[in-house]
Amino acid sequence: MNGIPVEGFMYPNEIELQWSVLIVLYPFLTGLVAGAFILASLERVFRVDAVKPTYRLALLTALAFLLVAPLPLQLHLGHPERSLEMYLTPHTSSAMAMFGFVYMWYLMGVLVLEIWLDYRSDIVVLSQSTTGWKRLFYKVLTLGSSNISDRSLEIDNKVGWIITVIGIPSAFLLHGYVGFIFGSVKANPWWSSPLMPVVFIFSAMVSGIAAVMLVYMFLCWARRVPIDMRCVDTVAKYLFYTFLIDFTLELLDLIHRIYESDESFRSLDFMVHTKLYFPHIVIQILLGTLTPILLLAATQVLPISEARRKLTYAVAGCLTLVGIFAMRWNVVIGGQLFSKSFLGYTTYKMGFVAREGLLVAIVLTILPLFILWALIKLLPPWLETHSLDVSPLASAHGDD
Amino acid sequence: MAAVFLAGIVLFLVARSLFVPRSFGQYGHYRGAALGEIAAKPIMFAGHGACESCHTDVLEVKSKGVHAHVACESCHGPLAKHADDPTALQPPHIDVAVLCVRCHEANIAKPKSFPQVASADHSGGVVCDTCHKPHSPKIDSGASQ
Amino acid sequence: MTITRRQLLILLPAAAIAWDSILAGTPEASPNYNMTDHWWGMLIDVTKCIGCGTCVQACQAENNVPDGYFRTWVERYHVADWSIENPQVDSPDGGKHGFPPAAKEGGKNFFVPKMCNHCADSPCTQVCPVGATFVSPDGVVLVDQKYCLGCRYCIQACPYGCRFLDPTTNTASKCTLCYHRITKGLTTACCETCPTGTRQLVDLKNPNDPVHKFIETHSVQVLKPHLATQAKAFYYGLDGSVR
Repeated sequence: MNGIPVEGFMYPNEIELQWSVLIVLYPFLTGLVAGAFILASLERVFRVDAVKPTYRLALLTALAFLLVAPLPLQLHLGHPERSLEMYLTPHTSSAMAMFGFVYMWYLMGVLVLEIWLDYRSDIVVLSQSTTGWKRLFYKVLTLGSSNISDRSLEIDNKVGWIITVIGIPSAFLLHGYVGFIFGSVKANPWWSSPLMPVVFIFSAMVSGIAAVMLVYMFLCWARRVPIDMRCVDTVAKYLFYTFLIDFTLELLDLIHRIYESDESFRSLDFMVHTKLYFPHIVIQILLGTLTPILLLAATQVLPISEARRKLTYAVAGCLTLVGIFAMRWNVVIGGQLFSKSFLGYTTYKMGFVAREGLLVAIVLTILPLFILWALIKLLPPWLETHSLDVSPLASAHGDD
Repeated sequence: MAAVFLAGIVLFLVARSLFVPRSFGQYGHYRGAALGEIAAKPIMFAGHGACESCHTDVLEVKSKGVHAHVACESCHGPLAKHADDPTALQPPHIDVAVLCVRCHEANIAKPKSFPQVASADHSGGVVCDTCHKPHSPKIDSGASQ
Repeated sequence: MTITRRQLLILLPAAAIAWDSILAGTPEASPNYNMTDHWWGMLIDVTKCIGCGTCVQACQAENNVPDGYFRTWVERYHVADWSIENPQVDSPDGGKHGFPPAAKEGGKNFFVPKMCNHCADSPCTQVCPVGATFVSPDGVVLVDQKYCLGCRYCIQACPYGCRFLDPTTNTASKCTLCYHRITKGLTTACCETCPTGTRQLVDLKNPNDPVHKFIETHSVQVLKPHLATQAKAFYYGLDGSVR
C-alpha cells in the first residue's frame, strides 16, 4: 500500500511506520540533557574538581536541548493543539502521560532552578552593570532579590547542592522513562525488555558527556583560550568508563537474545543482518561504539601528546554522538520494520521536506546549538563576579 | 522563585477546572459523552430483518434455497437509506459476473465442501444468472423464481 | 405554590447537576439498551471462511474506512506439511477483493479473518496518555476521536496490528464492533454480510445467546494467548500456525 515495499507478510496496518525520525530525535535530545546534567553533577556532588570548567556549560547545554525536546513531539502529533490534555487528564497507567510532569519538574524544579541559583550573584551584578534592554532582562531574572551577601550565597550553594542531588535521579527518570516507554510494550519484542530503560540511561550519559566535551573544546578554540587538559582528560575518562558500561549492557541484551532464541529471534536476527545492517552493525557498533572505545582506551593506556589527545577526543566524541543517534534509530525505526507476525518486513520512507521529514530533524538538531549560543551570551559560563567592582564577596562556591 | 512556582500551580488548577470536559471520568478515565457520540453514527446496512419486512416474496424463495442464510445486503450492498425511504434510493444494479465469483471462484484455501468452480471453464463465458437464479441458485427441478 | 429563596438555593444547584448528567449523555440507542447488561465479543469459525472479502468491504462501507487502512482484514495461510512455524501468508489489500489463485499446491490452506480483539485487559488502552481510548462498560474498545492526540502509542502497543492512524481525522482508529449498531439491537456489518456465517457477534453476559453457548461447549482459541490480553475474539478451528 502507498507504494511501500514489503517483503514477506505484514499485517496490513503495520506497513506504514507510525513513529518517524522525529521520534528517534526526541530520545536523542533528552539523552543529551540527562547526560550533560550527570556530568555537571560530577563536580557539584561528587567533587570531581577537574571537570569544574565544564560545570556551567553542561547546565546550559542541558537547558538548550531540553527547551527543544518537545518540538519533535509536537510536530509528530496528529493533534498538537490537544497536547494540553496530557496535563489535564493524564492516564496514570501510561508511561507517556507521566512525561509532561517529569519534563516540567525537570525543567523548572531542577534545571532552571539550579542554573538560577548558580548564576544568581552574576545576574545581580549584571543587572547593575549593564544598560538598555539587557539591564531590564537581568533585573527581571533577579526575581526581585539583589541580596548577594556571603550568607545568601551560602544558602544558594546549599540549596543548589540539594537540587543537584535530587537532579541526578530526576535526570535518570527523565530519560529512563523514555526507555520504559519502549521497554514496557509487550507487543514488540525488539523493545520489550527490562534492560531498555537502563541501556537508554547509560547511552544518554555517554552522549551527554561527549556533547559537553565537544562543546567545551570548540568554545575554547573559538575564544582562543587554552583547553584545560586536566579537565578534558577527566571528562574523557568518565566518557570511557560510562561507554564500557553501556557497551556491556548492549552486549548482554544481544547475547541473551541469541541464547534464548525465542519466537521473535529469527525474524529480528534476519532484520539486523539485512535491513538494519548498515545502521546497526556498521554505524552503531563498529563506528559508533567500538571505535570510540578503542580510541579512548588508547588515550588511557598509551602516552599520547596533548595535541594528538585533543584530536582523538574530538574524533571519539563525534563518533560517539553519531553512534548514540544510530542506537536510537535502530531501536525506534528497527522496532517498526519487522512484522509482529514475524513473517515479514517493511521499509521506512523518510520524507525530506515533509512535516516529519529529514530536513525538520536536521533543523531541530541544530536549533539547540543556536539556543546554547544565546544562553552563553546571556549567561556566560566563565564570568567571574569578583573581578567586577561591586561588593566585596568571597565566592561561596570557590569559583576561582 | 517560590512565587513563580506557586503561580504556576494555581494557573494549572484553574486551567484544569476550565478545560477538562464535563463528562470526563463518568464511566472511567475517558469522556463519557464519547459513548453517545460513537453510538449515534449513521447506519449504512439495514440488516436483513428490514429487507424481509417488505420483500416477503423474495424471502419466500430464498428461505427454501441454499442462499437462505446469505443476508440480502451481502450481495445488494448497504441499503439502510433505501429501507428508510424506498422511493428515495433504488438499490444499484448488480454486476453478476463480478459478484458471484467473489465467493464461488475456486480457490485452494476455500473449505472443500463449499461450492466453487473455475469460472473460466465452468460456463464457457455465459454469465452466471443465465442458469442460476441468485435467490435460490441451486439448479434442480422446481427451484425457480 | 410559592418557593422560598432558600428552597431555590437548594433546588437550582440540584437541577443544574441533574441537567448536567442528562447532557453528559448515555449511548443514544433504544431506551432499552443498558450498557451493564452486555459484554460483547465475536466468534470466528475459521472452517467456514471462504475469503470472499465481503466483510472487509462491508466494514469499509459502514464505517467510512479510508482505502489502504483496515478495521478488519482477511489473511490466507499456506502451511506445508508439519511446518507450522513457517506458514506463508498473504493478504492482498486486506483481502477486500478476494484472493488470487494460490501459488502453491498441497499443504493446508485456509483463510483467517482478523479484527480488533476487544481485549478485556487491553494493552492499547493501558498506554493511552490521555484517556482517548478505553474499554466501554459493555466490553467494546473504542477511540474518542475528539480527544485523541494522534501520538500513536496505542498503535504500537496493539499486538494484533488492528489499529491505524486515520489520515482523515489524524487520530487513531480501529474496529468499534459497530458500536452504533449493536447498541440498537443490530449485529455488526461484517457479521450481517458474511455469507457463510463465519463471523458471529456474541454477548458474553447473555447465557441464552447460542453463540455464547457454542463458546462454552467447544474448543476455541484466541490470538497470542501468551500476551494475556483477555482477547474476546474467539476462533474456532484455528490452526497453530496462525499469528
